Amino acid sequence: MNDFFTILKPELIITFIIFLLLFIKIGKGTTNDVLLTLIQLLLLLNFIAGFFFNTEGSLFDGMYFSNPLITLQKSILSLGVYLISLLFADWFKKTQHLPEFFILMLAALLGMNFLISSGNFLMFYLALELASIPVAAMANFDLEKKISSEAAMKMILSSAFSSGILLFGISLMYGATGTISFTALPALLTGSPLQIMAFVFLFSAFAFKLSIVPFHLWTADVYEGSPIAVTSFLSVISKGAIAFVLVSVLYKVFEPMQAVWYNMVMLLSIITMIVGNLFAVRQQNIKRFLAFSSIAQVGFILVGVSGNSPDAVAAVVYFILIYVFSNLAAFGVAAAISSQTGKEKIDDYKGLYQTNPLLCWVLALALFSLAGIPPTAGFFGKLFLLTAGAAKANYLFILIAALNMIISLYYYLRVIRSMFMDKNEQPIEKINIQPSTKMALVICAAGVILIGLLSWVYDYIHEMV
Amino acid sequence: MNLTLLIVVPMLSAIAVLLVPNRQQVKWLALAGASVQLILAFALLVIYRNEVAAGNTAQMFFQQQYNWFPSWNISFHVGVDGISVAMILLTAFVVIAGVLVSWNVEKMTKEFYFLLLLLSFGAYGFFISLDLFVLFFFLEIAVIPKYLLIGIWGSGKKEYSANKLALMLMGGSALVLVGLLGVYFGSGQHTFDLLSLSKISIPVKVQMICFPLLFVGFGVFTALFPFHTWVPDGHSSAPTAGSMFLAGISMKLGGYGCLRVATYMMPEGAKEYANIIIILSTIAILYGAFATMMQKDLKYINAYSSVSHCGFVLLGIGMLTKTAITGAVMQMVSHGLMTALFFAVIGMIYERTHTRQVNEMGGLLKKLPFITTVLFIVGFCSLGLPGLSGFVAEMTIFMGSWEHPDTFHRVATIAACMSIVVTAVYILRAVSQTAMGPIKESYNHLTDATWNEKAAAIILLVGIIAIGVAPFWLKDLISPGAEIIMQKISLVK
Repeated sequence: MNDFFTILKPELIITFIIFLLLFIKIGKGTTNDVLLTLIQLLLLLNFIAGFFFNTEGSLFDGMYFSNPLITLQKSILSLGVYLISLLFADWFKKTQHLPEFFILMLAALLGMNFLISSGNFLMFYLALELASIPVAAMANFDLEKKISSEAAMKMILSSAFSSGILLFGISLMYGATGTISFTALPALLTGSPLQIMAFVFLFSAFAFKLSIVPFHLWTADVYEGSPIAVTSFLSVISKGAIAFVLVSVLYKVFEPMQAVWYNMVMLLSIITMIVGNLFAVRQQNIKRFLAFSSIAQVGFILVGVSGNSPDAVAAVVYFILIYVFSNLAAFGVAAAISSQTGKEKIDDYKGLYQTNPLLCWVLALALFSLAGIPPTAGFFGKLFLLTAGAAKANYLFILIAALNMIISLYYYLRVIRSMFMDKNEQPIEKINIQPSTKMALVICAAGVILIGLLSWVYDYIHEMV
Repeated sequence: MNLTLLIVVPMLSAIAVLLVPNRQQVKWLALAGASVQLILAFALLVIYRNEVAAGNTAQMFFQQQYNWFPSWNISFHVGVDGISVAMILLTAFVVIAGVLVSWNVEKMTKEFYFLLLLLSFGAYGFFISLDLFVLFFFLEIAVIPKYLLIGIWGSGKKEYSANKLALMLMGGSALVLVGLLGVYFGSGQHTFDLLSLSKISIPVKVQMICFPLLFVGFGVFTALFPFHTWVPDGHSSAPTAGSMFLAGISMKLGGYGCLRVATYMMPEGAKEYANIIIILSTIAILYGAFATMMQKDLKYINAYSSVSHCGFVLLGIGMLTKTAITGAVMQMVSHGLMTALFFAVIGMIYERTHTRQVNEMGGLLKKLPFITTVLFIVGFCSLGLPGLSGFVAEMTIFMGSWEHPDTFHRVATIAACMSIVVTAVYILRAVSQTAMGPIKESYNHLTDATWNEKAAAIILLVGIIAIGVAPFWLKDLISPGAEIIMQKISLVK
């Protein structure tokens, strides 16, 4: 019984916070300022608690299991959520239903935690639903904006569609093997056509959530319509959780079908990188721009995933950790600008360096990290992903990935160029940044620089694998 | 000597520059940082020569190794031989001259000097690293400062040039990256360590794939034909110090990489592809020279002539003889100093006349005696006048090339020699049009070089003349390194 509490600790804490917020909501109204500080504190505690009293083990007859790597992955997600609560303080303070927003967000986080820990396709499916339906509700949170409800609608429809495909895949898999347990499946996988069919359906569901091309079409619209806090949650936390679980499902459950999925992952990775990059080049809206760039980043993650080795697992987790910092920093700056001026276009950033030099440096660091330029951490993250992928000795694939880094650099430099080089008669005026946002931006910038140079972060992750 | 000082000093001075409040302090701090770099480089030279004189025959001196990413077998491994010492000296010379020349930068002074120092940080790190991952890290660090330097402080179509440069150099490093990963896995060693990789022989099949990747990748940095197109645009749009750093240091990263990483690690590949390298570099030499003839803009003249001169570096490497390789490294040093000085002088003239068009100038010798004299000297160095560094370096390459008795190498050598005539034509024309003839009315009020400009020019001139008059110290510095590379190549049947 004691094990039950320690193994299930992360989920229990999140559930506790959700209940707490419910009670606060029912009780007398407090101001958003106080409430937000409280939430930030709780989320910080949640993140810190992830490092203590961790036990390995499985529960519910193998439906749920936990190990050090999974605990670490959960901590990364918690850290992301904490940073989100700091970064978008401006928007949170204005919103009418603050507790509800965080209840939804934490419910999604709870779903993701169960998702990472799931040891059975039933659990997997339930957790995935829990992780996606609240996000659709969150996407609708700019209540007076039409585009926000449109985003929510698109999100819920596409996620319902992908759930359907997933369920179909699971049932085919059950039909072919007679089990849906992760531990029993590998022994029964023979690579028969029906199993491959089932796998393709299962993988499509992953592809939807990760917005792998050709399942990416919902991404840009949803990202653009949702409030930036939700966009960043979707692109960082959601993507991270799904990437974690993709790695563990592919490596553990579908290990016997490696020959099948290697080619699939490679092809999808190439298409995803190219399409994501080429579309990002043409975007004007910073949110759409980051949406397509995040599609391209997923293509890179797949390069690492194709490696199929402990090194690859470490590289993916490490990359996501870096991605949390760099992408959140980029979204944070975009949010600070858009909430005060309403400007979201890349051209609006012209001459920003004259008025907001520090903000510009933070955004530049984040973008360099996304582009993989040293000394930022993104360089190390991308390089390790490529190294993990190169272990398969498929150098053409690696070359294509490396060349894609050039295209991505081109569009990241567009933003840099707007901020630093282009002249503007009326640049955006000096922006007032909330103290908590400032703190989060500093944390992100420090993370972007230090996670790469301090090699023990990577070693720590590598030891967990 | 502790080699990490060479990267710690630029890093610290770069950070210090960001922290101080006013422009004057920024400039003096940057100058102090650059001077310390120069002192360190000289100290390194002296200590290195003492070690050699004392009979130390280690391949790499002053090695230091710290674990960095142990799970990938990556360590922060540094060490130098004569070739690296020569490149480090070159870097220190160009950095201090660059800092001095930019004394009057008004726009975002702090950021300007920060980026200059960051660039030098990347260059030093590149030249001392013995781990290929670390080397690649420093290679890429230098790309973004170049982009920003050109894009923010440049002139003309600066955004276009900055983009072109950043993307082409990134393309080069993408090829390098794939080549390095190929070596990492293909060698079966799972290590990036240059010294351990050079002790084994990498499978020939891997070399056939990875050598061209690495050579072309580094070649992009050093204007390998047909990947030279970023050079004219990049150099001409960059601010003066930017052009100096680009041509003086950054292009040398490529040549050093071609030699140290590609050729040294993969001698079979080098032998296999040597003829292609020779053909491409001969084309670059001739094409660069003829293209320069057509230019009217002083910066374009020097940029295209850089393509031609850097062709000599690759030609020397492609010849695969000890003399030619020594010559290639000498050419890197010589061209680095010379072209940096050339760009510095062009910058000084431009600041006064506000034009870089040769045909709009004339008679500047009367008003700007110091600047034009330096222009004469550097021009003569470029066309290979004995007594200056250009002659020594190019002559060594030709001597090394001539060691090959077959027709192919002879033809390439003779073709490359011919380019010197063309060089003489364009240099003499440009210099005489600028300096001689009647002076324009509007130029009568011009004043000669200020103290900082004089200092920058003299520092670089000292280097050029020292190599030209007494080339043996440089040759002695380089040839043990070249010898080791040749030993590996001569083992190939």
